Amino acid sequence: MRRSLQFLLFTSFGLLILMLLPLHAHRAQQLSVAELRGQSFLLKSLQLTDLCLVTEARYTRHPAMADRHSPFQEHPVALEHFPSGSLILPPLHGRDKP
Amino acid sequence: MKRAVERHLNILEFTLASLLRRKVKNLSLLTMYLLVIFMLASLVFFVTALKREAAMILNDAPDMVVQRLVAGRQDLVPAEYAAEITRIRGVTAVRPRLWGYYYDALNGANYTVMASDDPNTTSDKAAIGAGVAKVRNLAVGDLLPLISYDKAPLMLEIGTIFPSASDLIAADMIVISPRDFHQLFNFPSGQATDLAVSVRNAKELPTVAAKIAVQFPDSRPILKSEILRTYQSVFDWRGGMALLILASSLLSFIIFAWDKATGLSAEERKEIGILKSIGWETSDVLLLKFWEGIVISLTAFLLGVVLAYGHVFFLSAPLFAQVLKGWSVIYPNFKLVPVVNAYQLAVLFFLTVVPYTTATIIPCWRAATIDPDAAMRY
Repeated sequence: MRRSLQFLLFTSFGLLILMLLPLHAHRAQQLSVAELRGQSFLLKSLQLTDLCLVTEARYTRHPAMADRHSPFQEHPVALEHFPSGSLILPPLHGRDKP
Repeated sequence: MKRAVERHLNILEFTLASLLRRKVKNLSLLTMYLLVIFMLASLVFFVTALKREAAMILNDAPDMVVQRLVAGRQDLVPAEYAAEITRIRGVTAVRPRLWGYYYDALNGANYTVMASDDPNTTSDKAAIGAGVAKVRNLAVGDLLPLISYDKAPLMLEIGTIFPSASDLIAADMIVISPRDFHQLFNFPSGQATDLAVSVRNAKELPTVAAKIAVQFPDSRPILKSEILRTYQSVFDWRGGMALLILASSLLSFIIFAWDKATGLSAEERKEIGILKSIGWETSDVLLLKFWEGIVISLTAFLLGVVLAYGHVFFLSAPLFAQVLKGWSVIYPNFKLVPVVNAYQLAVLFFLTVVPYTTATIIPCWRAATIDPDAAMRY
């Protein structure tokens, strides 16, 4: 087979997989509904407010409950020393309130 | 029609042969290009899936959380606050939340300890997250020894281990009875960590929050919309990881484009000169370079995006998990539900394939329009 046809076949195959990705995602979303209901039950019963993304510092474990300046509250000249503090933005509610 | 297809096929054939002649250079270019697209696509998939998950899960978060501040730091809320807030018109329920952090000196992990007001929660029993079970090697029925704040041991029997599917909300959690919570932290009675407030009409939330702030000047109400917004912007493009990856991708593309736009190598110029001298039209040469750009960029795009999808949704994004892990001892298994849409793919395509292909064509057009003799002598 000509090299050009081989390339076109490879590209078509790649495009096919690319087009299947949204379908796979849609199917996975449908399947996850029951799982999500279980999580919502836990969340509702415990009145949780945050996702468990990072557990190293309290202000990145519960960013929605933290102050904007919590990383620097440990002592007067404290510097941010947790890696996740440089990845996760501070909460929005601290921007217009103390 | 058939002739046009045949022409394209022939030029593509020549393009592939020409790329294979400079195998090492082009393969390394393809690998670098693929890596850039892979990182960019992984970040887009990871952040979008995380934002969707946060929006769906946190939809059931409390309508409002009321904290109390003392000297700029969060402090315990007296029970009287709850009683007063319940009297505000529109408030349907106020639930005092008891929660805190427990540092486990055995393994250096931080647990989130929460008291459940479910009447079925019995004393001396605990429900723990899969992350806690993993680091402490615990199974249902085992005992989890904790040291209380007055240095007395507290033995908790594991009643439930939350499935790892709920890692994203409960990996580090220990849920115990209020009695055990008070005992563990020597927590003063008649106080709560904060208050979860339910309001009948969501439109009244800002008004209720304003009333609470007036009635209790030391309080800080946090609305559900603010919690949701925090998570929608948590990995904003200005955030460290996103900015780092975007900046390095942008820099890589500038290097690619600069390399292409500053001109062709002497060998490539010579090749164009020879092609023109044996009868190739300028349009044929441009078509050749167009196909060259397409072969490299489309292959890198297709492979990069598909590999990124596998990396984030099948392998739980191990590259990003390592970055997020930091000093954490417990970290969740990021089993995210895939989110891919045409918009994301179009943005990735126009950010990656189009600039490269364009950058390939322009210097070539300059070389292809000059005299073949001059091109060969360059």
